[in-house]
Amino acid sequence: MSETGQAGTEISALSFERALQELEKIVTLLERGDVALEDSIRYYERGAALKAHCEKRLKDAQLKVEQIVLRAGGEVSTEAASFE
Amino acid sequence: MHPEIESPPPAPGPPGSNLPEISVSELAGTVKRVLENALDRVRVRGELGRVTIAKSGHLYADLKDTGAVVSIIMWKGAAGALKFRPEEGLEVVVEGRVTTWSGRSQYQLVADRMEPAGAGALMALLDERRKRLAAEGLFAAERKRPIPFLPRIVGVVTSPNGAVIRDILHRLRERFPVRVLVWPVLVQGEKAAGQIAAAIRGFNALTPESPNMAAGSVPRPDLLIVARGGGSIEDLWAFNEEIVVRAAADSAIPLISAVGHETDTTLIDFVADLRAPTPTGAAEKAVPVRMELLATLADLDGRQNSGIQRLLEMRRTGFDTAVRRLRPAGHLLAEPTQRLDHASAILSRALVANLRAHESAFAGIASRLNPMALSHDLGRRREKLDFLGERTRQSLLRSVERRRDRFGPLSERLEPAMRRIIGDWSRVLESQGKLLESLSHRGVLARGYSLVTRANGELAIRATALVPGERVAIRFSDGIAGAEILPPEAGDKVTETHRPRTGPDLPPKPARAKKEEGQGSLF
Repeated sequence: MSETGQAGTEISALSFERALQELEKIVTLLERGDVALEDSIRYYERGAALKAHCEKRLKDAQLKVEQIVLRAGGEVSTEAASFE
Repeated sequence: MHPEIESPPPAPGPPGSNLPEISVSELAGTVKRVLENALDRVRVRGELGRVTIAKSGHLYADLKDTGAVVSIIMWKGAAGALKFRPEEGLEVVVEGRVTTWSGRSQYQLVADRMEPAGAGALMALLDERRKRLAAEGLFAAERKRPIPFLPRIVGVVTSPNGAVIRDILHRLRERFPVRVLVWPVLVQGEKAAGQIAAAIRGFNALTPESPNMAAGSVPRPDLLIVARGGGSIEDLWAFNEEIVVRAAADSAIPLISAVGHETDTTLIDFVADLRAPTPTGAAEKAVPVRMELLATLADLDGRQNSGIQRLLEMRRTGFDTAVRRLRPAGHLLAEPTQRLDHASAILSRALVANLRAHESAFAGIASRLNPMALSHDLGRRREKLDFLGERTRQSLLRSVERRRDRFGPLSERLEPAMRRIIGDWSRVLESQGKLLESLSHRGVLARGYSLVTRANGELAIRATALVPGERVAIRFSDGIAGAEILPPEAGDKVTETHRPRTGPDLPPKPARAKKEEGQGSLF
């Protein structure tokens, strides 16, 4: 598992980009085929989890627009805005 | 002095003057009226000197050229509408009317319009500022931070009105919908630069998003977009202001600038981490395309599945092959089994044969091991010892021979030396002996002794040996006399008993004479 450096990292803590990069690395390894059987299954499980992590991030995406409101005393808050 | 102002002199006037006397206010009023009528509308070109914007919002400045200075006032309304920030050194064209201020005997130009004297003037100013900030290192490439691949929150600094924010939001929604925080600002006019800089710093002052963040608090964006639509150089001037440039340089959040059209360049573009040609372009650089990512992910998923399936298939094929090759293992075992059986069968025979072989080998050795063999051995050892002894003797002989060889010459040298020494002593002894002989012989005979010699020539040493009537010769020191022995006399009885073998004449003398003669015969 040394080729995927962050193999032990908690997937939920990974950024989308890092997760995607690791997934690409795992897929390349599995396609190349020169991994031990036990390793390949561990790779596959990790890859599936990474894919789910990325997918969730993509599926959850939605536009949420807010506008900064400056209160007296410089306090910053937001209110929903549409700008349409 | 002016003919129009002349009037009849008052009563107390000096003699010879018919000028009417007027008040100061009348004079000032006349000046004001004449000036304002004559210079109701002027357009003046000059360089701005000291520029002051009062709290009231009115703008006070000097307008000058090489020969003169005129004061300018621009009231709040007109000053606030300026598209650029008037500053010292800038060449401008001002339109307005001349008026006077009676309280101070001054005149001034009340400007209602002011614009830079051509694009060249502003560009020169911009260029000078750009060089100064570049020299500080604000635009250096190593200051640029990477734009995040997929930001969760995008902060936008722009006008809440107009097309810009709509374009940005539209493109974000198309590509990858995210959370957007808009910080509304003026993007042109006197206050624009201050608001833009404050917005950039305001976003940076926020706390990064975290799970335990208090509800309602505003999280810090991962990325900033500072945007404005197209316009003239004056319209975009706020984004050239130092206060904006420095705020952007200080931003810890990666910042994309998108000001004006692609051909417009403002100083914030130099300091931004990434410059987008337009606000829409900024949205494109801010987020990836979600659909593409979904496709990529689906592709990776498919490749991963087929990859693992192929791997498993390969393993299964390998396993099946191995199993097929495992089945004829019985045949593989047949030959070894046969060899084992055969080996078991011959094992006992082989053991016996082996034992016999060792027995005979032992017998062969034992037969050689007897007293004859031992004595033979001893004989060999003795021979060897003899041989060694002979060698030792030979070597000793050789050693002695060698020493003798060395001794021969030594002895040859020794013999003559000894002969010389002995010769010397012989001569000494001879002379001494002769001397001794002559001295003692003569001395003895001279002292009265004599030698008696019998007829047969023998010395007569004892009297008893003499026979009466025997003729003897008596030798004296001076010659020899013949004598005859007589028979012994009576008086010689005592002498006779004492010396039966003593001479008859002189018992003690013959003894002594014989003695002397014995010695003398030695010579």
